[in-house]
Amino acid sequence: MSAGSAATPGSILYAQRLKRLMDAIELREPDRLPSILFSHFWVARYCGMTFREAMYDYEGLAVAIRKAMVDLEPDGYQPVHAAVAFGPTMDILDYKQLEWPGHKGLAENVPFQYLDAQYMAPEEYEEYVQDPTGFMLHKYMPRVAGALEPLSQLPHYPGVLHTRIIQSMEAYARPEVRRALETMIKAGEEMQKMRAVQSRLIQELKDLGFPATAHATSHAPFDVAADYLRGSKGAMLDLFRNKDRLLNLLDRLTVLIPPTAIESAKAAGGNMIFVPLHWGLDGFMSPKQFTTFFWPQFQKVLLTLIEAGLHPHVLWEGDCTSRLDVIKDVPPGKCVYFFERTDMFKAKEALRGKVCIRGNVPASMLIAGTPNEVREHCKKLFDVVGDGGGFILDAGVGVPDEAKPENVLAMFQCAKECVY
Amino acid sequence: MEDKSKQLVQMISDMQEEDAVKLAREMLDAGYDPVKLLGHCREAMEMVGKRYEQGEYFLPELMLAGEMLKAIGDMAKPLIKQDAEGAKTVGTILIGTVQGDLHDIGKNIVTFMLEINGYKVIDLGIDVPVENFVESIKQHKPQVVGLSGFLTLAFDAMKQTIEAIKQAGLRENTKIMIGGGQVDETIKTYTGADAFGLNAMDAVSLCKQWVPA
Repeated sequence: MSAGSAATPGSILYAQRLKRLMDAIELREPDRLPSILFSHFWVARYCGMTFREAMYDYEGLAVAIRKAMVDLEPDGYQPVHAAVAFGPTMDILDYKQLEWPGHKGLAENVPFQYLDAQYMAPEEYEEYVQDPTGFMLHKYMPRVAGALEPLSQLPHYPGVLHTRIIQSMEAYARPEVRRALETMIKAGEEMQKMRAVQSRLIQELKDLGFPATAHATSHAPFDVAADYLRGSKGAMLDLFRNKDRLLNLLDRLTVLIPPTAIESAKAAGGNMIFVPLHWGLDGFMSPKQFTTFFWPQFQKVLLTLIEAGLHPHVLWEGDCTSRLDVIKDVPPGKCVYFFERTDMFKAKEALRGKVCIRGNVPASMLIAGTPNEVREHCKKLFDVVGDGGGFILDAGVGVPDEAKPENVLAMFQCAKECVY
Repeated sequence: MEDKSKQLVQMISDMQEEDAVKLAREMLDAGYDPVKLLGHCREAMEMVGKRYEQGEYFLPELMLAGEMLKAIGDMAKPLIKQDAEGAKTVGTILIGTVQGDLHDIGKNIVTFMLEINGYKVIDLGIDVPVENFVESIKQHKPQVVGLSGFLTLAFDAMKQTIEAIKQAGLRENTKIMIGGGQVDETIKTYTGADAFGLNAMDAVSLCKQWVPA
């Protein structure tokens, strides 16, 4: 819809929902409790698709999402295609960092899972820090996808200049590099097909009045180091064995991480960033380790995103109750903290007037509970956490794949009934 | 040597990996009894476990302690005559991540903590089919079975596993605890487990309650 054209029912709803969400994020009282639908495979299951189908059938998934949105009427949603629909592209790439339904040993109705492993050796810290792009291209991508192995042969460009640039083209004609490049083009075309369906769906949902609430994804520096580079065991041991190297890497990541999210959000035309965290929770690290290796670097990332005009939705996985006093130190009315098992009432005390809270109907209740239990829980959350605004209703880590439809319906219906 | 053994216990429990491994090497080279050396390691691990329970240590310390134990064990064990080993165990615990779930950090930490508390742990690994649990219970006769799972799909897999244990007539003599990810009281009831735990300390205290030393 162009500016100045007549308002449609969809555009009016869209503006109302976006305002409701922004009121919560900016710590004002909205007209009623806003809600966000965040799901990986639940929408597929809700519409009778297998998890594998959700990863491979872009159009079928779009139909399922549309139906779920119309049935539940949330105020916002996280696009699902970007979170799951990459099966065909992974096949083309011979992707190795994930296991997914119907691939190797996994059944059709099991979600894809990340394979925790060492993807960067301890002696490669300096190499990464000095030339992260070179490391990713020459070493990392060949490690995570079989089809990308020949990228290790590409020239190291900082040392390739003047006529050597012309000569360096030779590398691209080597049979194995040529094959890798052709495979990348094929994978790119496949990804474009998926993106086209996703973009069309986002527009359709916008026309129906539903704003998307995740326009890009970002990370905490420690999570990048632990999940994607060193692996969980390596990262934990590095707190002792390679402390300075790790700190140096984390510093570098505070600068490297934000531009990607900022550019992606700009390309998507939105300002909300999804930031899932894996290592911030209580019990994984000591308070001292958290304030040495996790929070200061992550706080810098958040501040950079905020300065770029973005609203990070930070998913604090697990129970982060003991971290509240530390993590409350962000500019007010900019971030959303999405909690899984954190004590929501303590969170409200600590974050009132600072950070909008999102969450956290327990997965167990949505799977094994009843609609009445769900309603009671949502109302209690609204009364306490919703007090004065600054609260968005969601499940703990989004709607679990196995949630009973009647429980999910009850959750979103309840949000509509919680009027300020 | 008395002083050195005390030093070793302290180095391990204070996370001084390099010094601890070096000292253990020196002690073995000087002819120190490898069985006694492993005894000191156990003592150190008990201190590590205590510090973890008291909230002074967290997962990274347990991980490093495990590495030290392995490094010293690898040096000492080849020097031990076969019959010298076989320390008494408090009881047998069977553990595994249920079918469909590939996560293992939680399970490994629980295994480590149970072992340093004197339990023999049989770890079936990840993505464990229901029938493997049943067969292993028949074979090892554990007092406690621990079902681990990070994903919500684990709820149904745990339920099916416990159901199969029941069907095989093995439920009555087996305590079952579940843990990991998002399990809670509701899921304990849903799966038919005896108890759930949020962390490795919970697993240890459940086992101590069910299978006292």
